[in-house]
Amino acid sequence: MTTASPTGANAQAEVPLKRRLRRAERTRQVKALALVAPLLVFLLFTFAGPIAGMLWRAVDDREVRQVLPQTIAALANWDGKELPDEKAYAALASDILAARAAGTIAIAAKRLNYALNGFRTILTSTARNLKAAPEQRTARETLGKINPAWRERATWTTIKNASGPMTGFYLLAALDLVRNADGAIVAAPPDQAIYREIFARTFLISLGVTALCLILGFPVAYLLATLPPGRSNLLMIFVLLPFWTSLLVRTCAWIVLLQSKGVVNDSLHWLGIIDEPLRLIYNRFGVCVAMTHVLLPFMILPLYSSMKAISPAYMRAAASLGAPPLTAFLRIYLPQTLPGIGAGSLLVFILALGYYITPALVGGAADQMISYFIALYTTETANWGLASALGAVLLLATLLLALVYGKLVQGQQVTGGMKN
Amino acid sequence: MSDNSSLRTPSQRIAWTATIAISTLVFIFLIAPILAIMPLSFSSGSYLTYPLPGLSLRWYDDFINSPRWMNSLKNSMIIGVASTLLSMVLGTLAALGLAQWKSRFKPLVLAFVLSPVVVPGVITAVGLYFFFAPIGLTGSYLGLILAHTALATPFVVITVGATLQSFDTNLARAAASLGASPLQAFRRVILPLILPGLASGALFAFATSFDEVIIVLFMAGPEQRTLPREMFSGIRENISPTITAAAVILTTVSVVLLATLEALRRRNERLKAGGA
Repeated sequence: MTTASPTGANAQAEVPLKRRLRRAERTRQVKALALVAPLLVFLLFTFAGPIAGMLWRAVDDREVRQVLPQTIAALANWDGKELPDEKAYAALASDILAARAAGTIAIAAKRLNYALNGFRTILTSTARNLKAAPEQRTARETLGKINPAWRERATWTTIKNASGPMTGFYLLAALDLVRNADGAIVAAPPDQAIYREIFARTFLISLGVTALCLILGFPVAYLLATLPPGRSNLLMIFVLLPFWTSLLVRTCAWIVLLQSKGVVNDSLHWLGIIDEPLRLIYNRFGVCVAMTHVLLPFMILPLYSSMKAISPAYMRAAASLGAPPLTAFLRIYLPQTLPGIGAGSLLVFILALGYYITPALVGGAADQMISYFIALYTTETANWGLASALGAVLLLATLLLALVYGKLVQGQQVTGGMKN
Repeated sequence: MSDNSSLRTPSQRIAWTATIAISTLVFIFLIAPILAIMPLSFSSGSYLTYPLPGLSLRWYDDFINSPRWMNSLKNSMIIGVASTLLSMVLGTLAALGLAQWKSRFKPLVLAFVLSPVVVPGVITAVGLYFFFAPIGLTGSYLGLILAHTALATPFVVITVGATLQSFDTNLARAAASLGASPLQAFRRVILPLILPGLASGALFAFATSFDEVIIVLFMAGPEQRTLPREMFSGIRENISPTITAAAVILTTVSVVLLATLEALRRRNERLKAGGA
């Protein structure tokens, strides 16, 4: 019996062991997930939720339907080809009286004024005069008497387009587009079409700063990667100290240096090079200088680590095979630094796109980037829909670039310890 | 330069000299503004330029005796320390979990956890402003601490994660086989080994909060203004030498953080070299 079925006994013992192992592994995975869960929940509340909320505000359009509910209902089946029927006029008159009593006219007036300049006056003047207005035969005549705008189709189209609950209005506006009276998407009137230029400016400044960082950062990274470790560690302090210094301190320092009675102008004057102070700050030059200073370490560090990984043997091999130094550099060394150049440039570009503090402090009115306008519309003019729409465009651009960056860095295996 | 021995041709020598020359200029560009602002804070005059009319500590005196500046320093400390502690707990737990978790969703979760670093500050700030205002978290310490924790935690996850990567999991198994409970194994074996990583993570987290200004701009009431926030309005209105004193204080904090981090890194390298 002892020799009869050893394999059978083993098989019997094996099955539960396998199952036990699998179960243990599953428990381990559940425990691992449980450790990550608190952070995920936390970020949902303090990060993802708020950003989702912002994106929602870019398409949310419920102000008008809250203030003028009967009008919106009466316009539901209006085809927009002629003026709406008497029912809609009566509904509007009743809505306006109710809204005036509730004090909510301003909410709808503000939203409608975004779509049609002057709508605020139309609505508030109508609200003011409606109660005392002499009764006409129809509501259409009453309203038309108070403000002739009610006899125009565009006025009604504006209400209809703002009837919500969701709208593409703000997102279109963020791209200088607008829906005309016939519902077609057309270019916005020139006085409102400012955002493409601002996006282009943001893009250009970021591109310029990235190029400056690359030009200035490449030799430094090369030097640091080539010098013996003791020396390069010492010089690395010059890169790391600014990196760790507060953004505000660095911005403040540039203002102190570059302002018209600042250190640079005074020195140049003292040396007799200039008579009048140069305008070095509160313009594009100041923005580029200060942003390059802040972002340069983000270029140098990835470049440095990619150069550090290049074995000097390649260059020696190229030289021994008869390549002149310049050829060896261009054909052997430079191609190997391309991933580092790509990673550093993308990182700097992504960070530059969202810059707010530095341009706000050292730029003039014509140097403000997209973030400035998002902040402006949020806190100053409280046009939250437009602020959110501009934010959505910026977020999309950033995330797309970050995705490319992630792929690039993943290829280089420099994600640190985070990838198994 | 040790490398000069391999530079035989004149053109190579010229290229190397050019590299050194350009790098020197870039180093000056990087460091000069920070160095230039420091002596100005010790000026006895109120113009922010050289030569200094004389030396004095009047601007530091001004800083210390200004309730506005001192309050902002206190706020920066409170918010910085609190968000560091919170992000350490959340970030370390997450890093421990991520090190063990195997799933095809892991890169996605990781990207989500790290995304607060990438998303532009204004977008996070606007989102938080809309989200926190209705629930009364704007104009409060709690709101700022929560927001700063969200920004700081990715750095903790990265640094602690990197430390765990080099951590030999057999040590934890050995502890378990010797009868240690998971908690005991963590406290007596894992924790001492990853402590330098934790410390670096904490420094990064603190620096992130201490330097943050956009969220504070949107969310802080007059009571919660931090040091960078106070500097922001100072720079906007009129740069007084008191700001340069504040800048020197901020920079000193940065230098201390950087030096501590460097010391930790050296210690870690020494331990690794000793172990190998």
